[in-house]
Amino acid sequence: MKTGMTPDALTALAGEGFSRRNFFKSAGALIVSFSMSGGLEKAQAQTATGFPTPTINAAQVDSWVAIASDESVTAYAGKCDFGQGFRTVQHQLVAEELGVPLARVKMIICDTAICPDQGVSSGSQGHPTQFGVGALRTALATAREALVKLASDQLGIPVDGLMVENGVVMSKTDRTKSISYGRLIGGKKINVALNTRATVKDPNAYTVLGTSVPRYDVPPKATGQFEYVHNIRLPAMIHGKVVRPPAVGAKVISVDESSVKSLPGNVKVIVRRDFVAVAADTQWEAMNAADALVVKWSAGDKLPNMETVYGDMRKMPSRDAYSVLAPDVDAKLKAASKVVKATYFHPFQMHGSLGTSCAVADVKGTGANTTATVWSASQGIYPQRDSLALILGTAKENIRCIFVEGSGCYGLNGVDSVAYDAAVISQVTGRAVRLQYSRRDEMTAAESFGPAYVIDLQAGVDEKGQMTAWDYQAWTFSKGNRPNATTPGNIFSGGLLGFAAPAIPPTTTPTIPTTFSNNANVAPPYGMGCVGGSCSSTGNVQAERILTKTIFSPFFTGPLRSPNRLQNTFANESFIDEVAAALGQDPVQYRVRHLTDSRLIDVLNGAARLAKWDTRPSPKPGNAKTGVVTGRGVSIVFYEGNNGYGGMVAEVTVDQSTGKVAVTKMFLSNDSGPVSNPDGLRNQMEGGAMQGMSRALFEEVRWDETSITSTDWRRFPVYKFGDVLPVIETVLIDRKDKEHMGAGETIITVVAGAIANAIFDATGARVRQVPFTPDRVLAALAERK
Amino acid sequence: MAEVILNVNGGNNVVEVDPNSPLLYVLMDAYGLKGPKFGCGLAQCGACTVLMDGEPYRSCTLPVSEATGKIVTLEGLGTMDNPHPIQKAFIDEQALQCGFCASGPVLYGKAFIDKNPGATEGQIVEALNGILCRCHAHTRMVKALVRYAKEVKA
Repeated sequence: MKTGMTPDALTALAGEGFSRRNFFKSAGALIVSFSMSGGLEKAQAQTATGFPTPTINAAQVDSWVAIASDESVTAYAGKCDFGQGFRTVQHQLVAEELGVPLARVKMIICDTAICPDQGVSSGSQGHPTQFGVGALRTALATAREALVKLASDQLGIPVDGLMVENGVVMSKTDRTKSISYGRLIGGKKINVALNTRATVKDPNAYTVLGTSVPRYDVPPKATGQFEYVHNIRLPAMIHGKVVRPPAVGAKVISVDESSVKSLPGNVKVIVRRDFVAVAADTQWEAMNAADALVVKWSAGDKLPNMETVYGDMRKMPSRDAYSVLAPDVDAKLKAASKVVKATYFHPFQMHGSLGTSCAVADVKGTGANTTATVWSASQGIYPQRDSLALILGTAKENIRCIFVEGSGCYGLNGVDSVAYDAAVISQVTGRAVRLQYSRRDEMTAAESFGPAYVIDLQAGVDEKGQMTAWDYQAWTFSKGNRPNATTPGNIFSGGLLGFAAPAIPPTTTPTIPTTFSNNANVAPPYGMGCVGGSCSSTGNVQAERILTKTIFSPFFTGPLRSPNRLQNTFANESFIDEVAAALGQDPVQYRVRHLTDSRLIDVLNGAARLAKWDTRPSPKPGNAKTGVVTGRGVSIVFYEGNNGYGGMVAEVTVDQSTGKVAVTKMFLSNDSGPVSNPDGLRNQMEGGAMQGMSRALFEEVRWDETSITSTDWRRFPVYKFGDVLPVIETVLIDRKDKEHMGAGETIITVVAGAIANAIFDATGARVRQVPFTPDRVLAALAERK
Repeated sequence: MAEVILNVNGGNNVVEVDPNSPLLYVLMDAYGLKGPKFGCGLAQCGACTVLMDGEPYRSCTLPVSEATGKIVTLEGLGTMDNPHPIQKAFIDEQALQCGFCASGPVLYGKAFIDKNPGATEGQIVEALNGILCRCHAHTRMVKALVRYAKEVKA
């Protein structure tokens, strides 16, 4: 049977409490997690064997890597890949750190039964985690040192006299004195604990990392061979379709099962609390049954009025928290020679994955003997397993969650909800079930939106033009988040199944922090970040007051790519531009003046140089007040205050008669420490820039009195082929002497600010509400002085 | 249910299906094909695109009873070992991220460029009008398509 692992690799893992080898040999085991293509045809149904699943001991090297006597290397990791190419980078890391050829490396990622629990793959944490202490890189360095020590014993040469090349340990002075990894350990356990002091390879000596290794997943994707979760087919599998409440918050009153009785496909109806679904033999039959099923629903929640929501938010009960609270902000504002004020608005936005979410579940047994295998494209299979235990009423050891790549998700789309739904349908019907949402299900009743924001900003400036105070106050929504072991109610389907989303108790007085965290980029990079007696941010403005008011949301919210960081950076980076313009200062120079972090300054200057930035204040002199005009704008971020630097210059055209904005060029710069794969990084930057542009120009979740009305791509427009295609140029700042940081969300964070600033540069009109639709641009043009 | 004769990727088959069923579900489930994908079911995104007699069709809204021509899906163009030149262009340009959309840009691009060798970037983009990619890899895809267009002309 094809398992994707060599027999020796399997042997190497045998006997460590749970035997992966035996698991794979067990009758009917289904191996799909690491098959890029062609594996599923050979797969058979997962039976009840293999439960309870083991706990993989992440402190042991053997949990991360196995070396076979044929010299092949199999590595395991709990950090997944959603189309960014991180799977390929992990291959590079294994080859580099272990000193083996890339072609010998096989990665198995994100299967709760066989891979170390690395929590959620999110937050641009792939690099910080796997390259940080205690994860994959540490395991590999520990393994290499253990192997060299073994070789030292066998060859009778001190460790200092040995080197590793192509998986062979050899004498530095006599290459004939050597032994390969396979001969040293092939098929056996390495049997050492992770050593956090193991010496990792110096990035300056990288030969595999730091090169543009082509992604492993692109050829199968381009040729239609790639196995997405959507392509999993189990024997005797049936297809589910959900029937969602027509109004937000509506509850089931009754379900008329007779309404689908005469339909073909052996239709089954599943009802559990407010979760309603059908299942049938084929997708088409299930779709028809879902359309036909008569369900009586209660009236839903009273939704806020979309037209007035930004004003109404200011009056809603909220949980208030300072991120920074300098005592002298009011005094500094009073003493300032100039005070600049502005308010920014950002809508709810959705992930809007191209493919709707899909999962396959095979639940067997009853009561405490219930076992489940669930395949999904979740970013968090470990917490998904733990929360499914509550939903299915069984122990988490009886659940195996396997990640299989799906449509790009960019955060928390419907992937966890669909896994819950498929599992419940499977539990009720006793059959293996595949469920893929409809477009409407995905957009209105599955995913967790990026939340709306209203942000008030004011800054005080002294007579020399130096900012002396920065005052930020924001209102935003929140409901749920990623699910964890105790909170299946954090997402849509958990709510239908009777688990409540945790409340957000309003505060009477705002909480005051004890340490500075800029995780949500709520504070600007221009502040000092002084909290609890120490200052740890990247700027020189001491007097900061940063207050966020969080309101319980009418809709589920969650981490949409650059969660909150994007909304806050749009406001902060628009505002610094407004201050610079009020003072007649060049936007790049004015930023530099308030920055103390040289890496952030380098990223800013890097983008500006690439764009051949013309140093002068905005707006652009000489532009007409009518017709089509051009302009440029800049924006930067130190993502999460510790996880990657990004900057961009956007060039736009604005048609002042129609209000239509087109982004014509984007110049991007990024510093995330040592670059692992230059082309992969550029691909992330380019896609981030384009997606950010789509969000800035087009994307806004809309609703009426009862329901989300953004139900499809006509009602939730995004950038598409045929819209103006910008030219993109990138510059990578490769810092081999620094820690690895995230890079998937740096660039998207700065796009809206750069475009808004470019619109201002072109027209002298300031757009402060995302998306920058033609009518909003026209309104801003009408308001300009 | 009815018997429908389909010609998919070069082979004729008799399939017993509801003739009203969109072609997509037959390709996904009866054929087990992985190229065409369900994205919206509304012919709004292009993920389900197939070629029928060389023309792009959205298989999510095309009733199987009307799929009377020669159907070619993404996997019908070439293989990983021997990709079609347009697929090779996408591989060489690393022009995908999640790749879920691939059938749209590749097959619309192929249909247009094969009839318009040497098409310009602007013409190609216009031919793909309305096709979606949510990882927003558009710039690389256009590079790949322009590369293919140059090859076809040469």
